[in-house]
Amino acid sequence: MEAQTTTTGVGAVEPEVKIALRNVFKVFGSNPEAAVKMVHEGRSKDEIHAQTGCTVGVNNATFDIHAGEIFVIMGLSGSGKSTLLRLINRLIEPTAGEILVNGQDVTKMSKAELTELRRRDMSMVFQSFALLPNRTVLENAAFGLEVAGVAEAERREKAMAALQGVGLAAYADSRPDQLSGGMKQRVGLARALASEPSVLLMDEAFSALDPLIRTEMQDELLRLQSEQSRTIVFVSHDLDEAMRIGDRIAIMQHGVVVQVGTPDEIVMNPANDYVRSFFRNVDVSQVFRAGDIARETQVTLIERKGQAVASALERMRRHDRDVAIVVGRDKKYHGMVSSDSLASAARSGDADPYHRAFLKDVRPIAAWETLSDVMGRVAQSPFPVPVVDDTNRYLGSISKSTLLMSLDRSGN
Amino acid sequence: MQDFNLGIGQAADAVVNYVLDHFMPALDIVSAVIGFVTGGIQSALTALPAVVVIALIALLALWRVSWKFALFAVASLFLIMGMGLWDRMMETLSLVLAATVVAIVIGVPLGIAMARSNAVQLVVRPVLDLMQTMPAFVYLIPAAMFFGLGAVPGTIATVIFSMPPVVRLTNLGIRQVHSEFIEAGQAFGCTPAQLLVKVQIPNALPSIMAGINQTIMLSLSMVVIASMIGAGGLGNTVLTGIQRLDVGTGFEGGLAVVILAVLLDRLTQSFGQKQAAGFSLRQLFGRPAAAPAAETKAGPNVQPATHG
Repeated sequence: MEAQTTTTGVGAVEPEVKIALRNVFKVFGSNPEAAVKMVHEGRSKDEIHAQTGCTVGVNNATFDIHAGEIFVIMGLSGSGKSTLLRLINRLIEPTAGEILVNGQDVTKMSKAELTELRRRDMSMVFQSFALLPNRTVLENAAFGLEVAGVAEAERREKAMAALQGVGLAAYADSRPDQLSGGMKQRVGLARALASEPSVLLMDEAFSALDPLIRTEMQDELLRLQSEQSRTIVFVSHDLDEAMRIGDRIAIMQHGVVVQVGTPDEIVMNPANDYVRSFFRNVDVSQVFRAGDIARETQVTLIERKGQAVASALERMRRHDRDVAIVVGRDKKYHGMVSSDSLASAARSGDADPYHRAFLKDVRPIAAWETLSDVMGRVAQSPFPVPVVDDTNRYLGSISKSTLLMSLDRSGN
Repeated sequence: MQDFNLGIGQAADAVVNYVLDHFMPALDIVSAVIGFVTGGIQSALTALPAVVVIALIALLALWRVSWKFALFAVASLFLIMGMGLWDRMMETLSLVLAATVVAIVIGVPLGIAMARSNAVQLVVRPVLDLMQTMPAFVYLIPAAMFFGLGAVPGTIATVIFSMPPVVRLTNLGIRQVHSEFIEAGQAFGCTPAQLLVKVQIPNALPSIMAGINQTIMLSLSMVVIASMIGAGGLGNTVLTGIQRLDVGTGFEGGLAVVILAVLLDRLTQSFGQKQAAGFSLRQLFGRPAAAPAAETKAGPNVQPATHG
């Protein structure tokens, strides 16, 4: 079994667990028990298929999905990600394991309880939209409410509000086949949101859309999420999409969840070659932030009252550096000096030689800026560019070579 | 002389006799129900003056198909009147409608049951094959024995022959409903009954309508044969023509059957389509048959790629 790195979010506080999967298996075929036994014995998917005729769709998935996060399940086609998603609302019956939603085991629910869960608290968005062609946009948006037995007037109102939320109120009386792909999926989203569920399952929801529309829909989803925080489980085969919208990502390979973590964690410490291979085609400059690659390789000078410049110049010479970063005792960034500017400031006999020596055109980079944002500035600057965090604390600097090395990661 | 005989013929005889001896009350009930349907439709249709019927059909044609077809309908109906076959035609129409109603009432639920259970499909399929291929004369005789002569056994024989398409196409239509629609229905909390009514049947409707259309066509082709057991209608005219070797009478009856077939076919097909095509300049006879394959394009335009 491959290592599963489960990492909690960035904050120190343990986040609330919304959905918990515990040793979940899905085996397709006539003899699932034998297949699960073989999985426990550590046999490969191919061996199991050869002996039992069964296909292991999901192999021992164990991870938590936190309340209010966008959790992306990513993998190549055939990796079991859509199957895993359908286990959560039991469109596909799990073979073994527990799936806890709000602490309740979905796998043990009766038909009635399951229907209730699907009607009230968990809805789904489909890759090919799955809008019913015989209904208008409004009737489609109201579908979940209608099924749940909500009165006509109330469901019209709620469905209309959901359509308004995705900007399609004007199309309420249109038929789905009169809409473009992006609009159809907005209706799909409105239908899923109309019953105000706390969990939203999205199966490759934007994969059928053009790249521009896809980005637009991702932004739409993030906007809706910022207005009203839901737990979104999003299946995607597109790493860019996963990185863009995912708070955390689970990567699947041959039915196994090989890694769970934030986008940064996965990019920086890929669990295996499969995970690493995803980044070959990824624009690393969009993923990495300045703070991720800033290195403290420059000489730092701590500014103190009445400090002699001579020792500072000596240290720079010894480290063979042309420039140095001047920080306060609290490590707050003050400025950057070069040996020339510092020497001439000292010669003029100024009481505050550092401030006079600060290089004028050096502006520090904020840690949260992506590499693609800062690339130009690093390239144009003759010196490494300092990076600071939100509190103006010095984190390190980015030189041209650091930048190039980081971008080169995409190639290996 | 035969040395070897399994005695299947005797067995069939025995079954028919057994049914006659023991199930007469049940057969009487069936007879009464079908007699009520056929009689009701027939008296309703014949009560209407011919001009009113023609006007109604013309309006229907104008609404659903096109003005050209409406024109054709009026002209052809007057032609039937001109041949003095109006009452015969109305008898036939009521027989066809009654048989169709019975076929739908039995056939659509049966088709749904077949779609939901492979076991039912396994059992029903050979029965449908039997119903479609068994020569009509073979069951015409027991039908007359069970139900006497007249419109009732005519309707029953017609139902036997014409029901298979609506059963088959209902089954096919429901099985062909796109799996993402089914998943969507389930994901939003449909019970099996809700799934059937709100998702499966509406999406299978074009296919079900094609089945009904075929059922109507088949029952029309059965009317001549059914007239042999006294079902009446245009079949009688044709039969008279055959018996007297009167080609002219036979041709008139046949022509009326054809006209009725064209009218019913175009009108019922139009209900299988998404929208009424009325007033369009669609070519009068150039409409493609409402094949189920052609209807499935109404489904989602994206195939369910890679359920990873």
